[in-house]
Amino acid sequence: MKYWSIVKSGLVRKRARTTLTILSIAVAFTLFALGRSVAVAFTSEVDFAGEDRLIVSSQLSFTQALPLGMKQRILALDGVDKVVYRQWFGGTYIDPRNYFPKWPVPNDFFDVYPEFKVPEEAKEAFSRNIMGMIAAKDIADKYGWKVGDRIPIIADIWPKSDGSVWEFDLVGTYEGGEGGEVYFNWKYFDEARAYENGQVGQFAVKVKDASQAESVAKSIDLLFANSSNETKTSTEAAFARAFAEQVGDIGFIINSVLAASFFTILLLTGNTMSQAVRERTSELGVLKSIGFSDVTVMSFILYESVVLCFLGALLGLLVAASLFPFFAEISISFAGEIKFGYSIIISAFLVAFLTAAVSGVVPAFSALRLNVVDALRKN
Amino acid sequence: MSFFRQVLAVTMMNLKTILERSGSSIVIIVGIAGSVAVMVSLLAMAEGLNSTIASTGQDDRVIILREGSNSELSSGVGMQEIDIVLNSPGVETIDGNALVSGELFVIVDLKKKGAEGTSNLPLRGVQPMSFKIRPELEIIEGRNFRSGTGEVIVGKGAYDQYEGLEIGNKIKIRDNFWTVVGIFSSDGDVHESEVWADLSVTQSAFRREGSASSISVKLEDKKTFDDLGGYIETYPNLDLKVQRESDFYEDQSSGADLIKYFGLTISIIMAIGAVFAALNTMYSAVSTRLVEIGTLRAIGFNGSSVLLSLMLESMILATIGGLLGALIAFVLFNGMTVSTLAGGSFTQTAFAFAVTGEVVKQGMILALVVGFFGGLLPAFNAARQDITTALRSV
Repeated sequence: MKYWSIVKSGLVRKRARTTLTILSIAVAFTLFALGRSVAVAFTSEVDFAGEDRLIVSSQLSFTQALPLGMKQRILALDGVDKVVYRQWFGGTYIDPRNYFPKWPVPNDFFDVYPEFKVPEEAKEAFSRNIMGMIAAKDIADKYGWKVGDRIPIIADIWPKSDGSVWEFDLVGTYEGGEGGEVYFNWKYFDEARAYENGQVGQFAVKVKDASQAESVAKSIDLLFANSSNETKTSTEAAFARAFAEQVGDIGFIINSVLAASFFTILLLTGNTMSQAVRERTSELGVLKSIGFSDVTVMSFILYESVVLCFLGALLGLLVAASLFPFFAEISISFAGEIKFGYSIIISAFLVAFLTAAVSGVVPAFSALRLNVVDALRKN
Repeated sequence: MSFFRQVLAVTMMNLKTILERSGSSIVIIVGIAGSVAVMVSLLAMAEGLNSTIASTGQDDRVIILREGSNSELSSGVGMQEIDIVLNSPGVETIDGNALVSGELFVIVDLKKKGAEGTSNLPLRGVQPMSFKIRPELEIIEGRNFRSGTGEVIVGKGAYDQYEGLEIGNKIKIRDNFWTVVGIFSSDGDVHESEVWADLSVTQSAFRREGSASSISVKLEDKKTFDDLGGYIETYPNLDLKVQRESDFYEDQSSGADLIKYFGLTISIIMAIGAVFAALNTMYSAVSTRLVEIGTLRAIGFNGSSVLLSLMLESMILATIGGLLGALIAFVLFNGMTVSTLAGGSFTQTAFAFAVTGEVVKQGMILALVVGFFGGLLPAFNAARQDITTALRSV
C-alpha cells in the first residue's frame, strides 16, 4: 500500500482512458453477473432442493394424475417419514402476465418443506379456512394483497363444477424457500373442481435418512410397478435438473453467447491496458533509474490492473443488480425464476482477480525486463 | 479545395495508415463484431422460434378450446360438442362433409438424443379430417397410419431431436408399443415437432374416451369466422372459446418475444461496452496523430473536414466489424435446429435459427451506432484542438 500514490498517478495520468477502461470492465461484469444468474438456473444448481425429499409423479408424464390413496401405501414403506401432495393449478390472476405457480396442498404440506417460514397462526388459519391461501411474501407485496383479502383466480385446467370463479382468502404469507409461489387449501380445491377429484399431481416424500433417498425412491417405483399407476420417483434436485434439461439447447446457446460476449470485452480491455503501459515505457525507465527494483516496478503494473478490474467489477455488479428485476422478467420464460445470489458476487470478484492477473501479466513482464537505457532512449 | 475533397483526402490518408495502427483498429472491429454476433444470433433464435410457431396458424382456420384455457394441454372438449361444430355455419365442406376434427393433445415422455432424462414429446390424436384441414402436411417417408391401429407418424423435427423414432421402430407409450410408419413435414411449423396417431386409439390408450383437447376447423372463407363464432357463443350451455388459429399461435409465441427482448438487452449492454472500447481506441488513435492533424489544419484543412473524416474512419471500421459479426453468427448458427420447451404447451418444439435480412439489418444498425458514438467525441476533440498546441506536442 505504501506505493499507492505511484499507482494512483499512473491511473490518473489519462483520466479519460482510465474511466473508459473501468467502464468497459464494468460492462463485462454486468454481462457476467446476469449470465451467471441464468446459467445457475439452467444447470439447476438448486441449493434449496432438499436432499431428503423425493418427488413421485406418474411414469406416463408429469400431467398424469395419481390417486390420493397411494399416499398410505407410500407411507407404509420403510424409511419414509412423511408424505404430502400437490397439484399444478395453472390459472390466471386477472391477467395472464401475472404469472406465479399456484398449488393446492394439504394442511401438513409445510411440515415437509421446513425452509418455508410460515407463521404458526397462518398454518392454523390455513387449516381452519377451507378457502385459505398462503402466498409468498414477495407475491403478496407485488400485488398489494393483505391478510384477509379475497383473491379471485380464473381457472384453466381446473374449472369448478358449478362453473363459478375460484376465490381464496389470504390467511398468511411465508418467506424463505424459492419464494414466488402460492398455496391453496387442498380440501376446497378437491371438493369444488369439476373432475379428477381424489387425484393428485405429485407426491412429495420426506425420507427419514437422506443417504437412503435413492433406495427409498427405488422401492416406491417397485411398489407400483405393473399397476395402472406406475410411478417415476426422483430426488427433488434430480427432478429440477430434468426439467432444466428440457429447456435444453437454448440454455446452452444463451450461456455460450453470454460467455463469448464477456470474453470479447475482456480481451479488448486487456489490450487497452497493455497499450497504456507501453506508452509509459520511459516513465518506468525513470522509476528504475532512480532505484526502484525490477520487481517493484512490475508490481506497480499488476497493482494498477487489479485496481482497474476491481473497480470495474464492483461497478458492473451494481449495474447488474439494478438491472436485475427487469432482466429476471424477460428471462423467466426460458430460465424460470432466477436469483442474484452471493455466489455470483463471489465468483465475479474471483474472475476480476484472474482478469487482472491475465491482462496485467504481459505488460508487467515487459516492465520487469525493461532495460533502463533502452527505456530512456525511447523518447 | 472543396469541403468534400478535403474530407476525401483526409479520410484516404487515415485509411492508408490504418494498417500501421492495426492493433487499435482491430480493437474496434472485434468489439463491434462481438456485439453484432451476439445480437444476430440471439435474434435469429427468436426469429426462428417465432416463425415456427406463428406460421402454424392460418387465418382461415379456427381452433376451439374450453373457455378459460390458453393451451391445448389445459383444454378438454367432449365428443358431443364436436357434433355441434360439425353443423355450424361458416365451416368449409368437401362432398358434404364438414372440415372439422377433434384432436387430443397429450404428452409422451421420450428421450431426446444425447439427453439423460426424458423430454415432453407432444402426441396428437387426430381424425382423418385433420389432414384435409392441413394440406401442408405431407408424408415424406413411409406411409400414413391406418385408422384404429397403434401406428404413428412422426414430425420431421421430432424425428431429428428424439431417439428411436425411425420407421419400423416401436415406441412404448402407456402400456402399449406403437409402431412408427411414416415421417411427415409440415412447412416447418410446430406440428413437425409432434407425433400423430389415430384419435380413438389415443383416447383409449390415455383413458380419455369421449374427450378431445381441441377442435380444428377450416372456414369456408376467413370472413365466415364470425358466423361460426357467433353460433358457438350463443349456443346454449356450450362453454367453448373460438379463436382464429393465427391468433392462437400468435399468443403461443410470446416466449419467442421474450427471447428477442433478452437478445436485445444483452446486445445493447454489450454494445455499450463496445462504445467504451471504441472511444478508448479512437482517443489514442487521435492522440498519436495530433501532429498530423495539426499539420493538416496549418496547411488549410478546416476543422470540420478533419472531424468528418475521423468519423468516417470509425464508421468504416464499424461496418467491417458489423459484417464480420453477422458472418460469424450466420456461419455458426444459421439453419441449426434446436428444440426447447415452448409456450403454454409444456412440450418440445423444434425450430431452426433464421439469420434473416431483417436480423442482419438490425445488427448493422447497432454496429453503425457504436461506430458513430465511438468516433464522435475523439473526432470532435481533434477538430477543436488548437493548431499551435497540436504542433507543439512533437
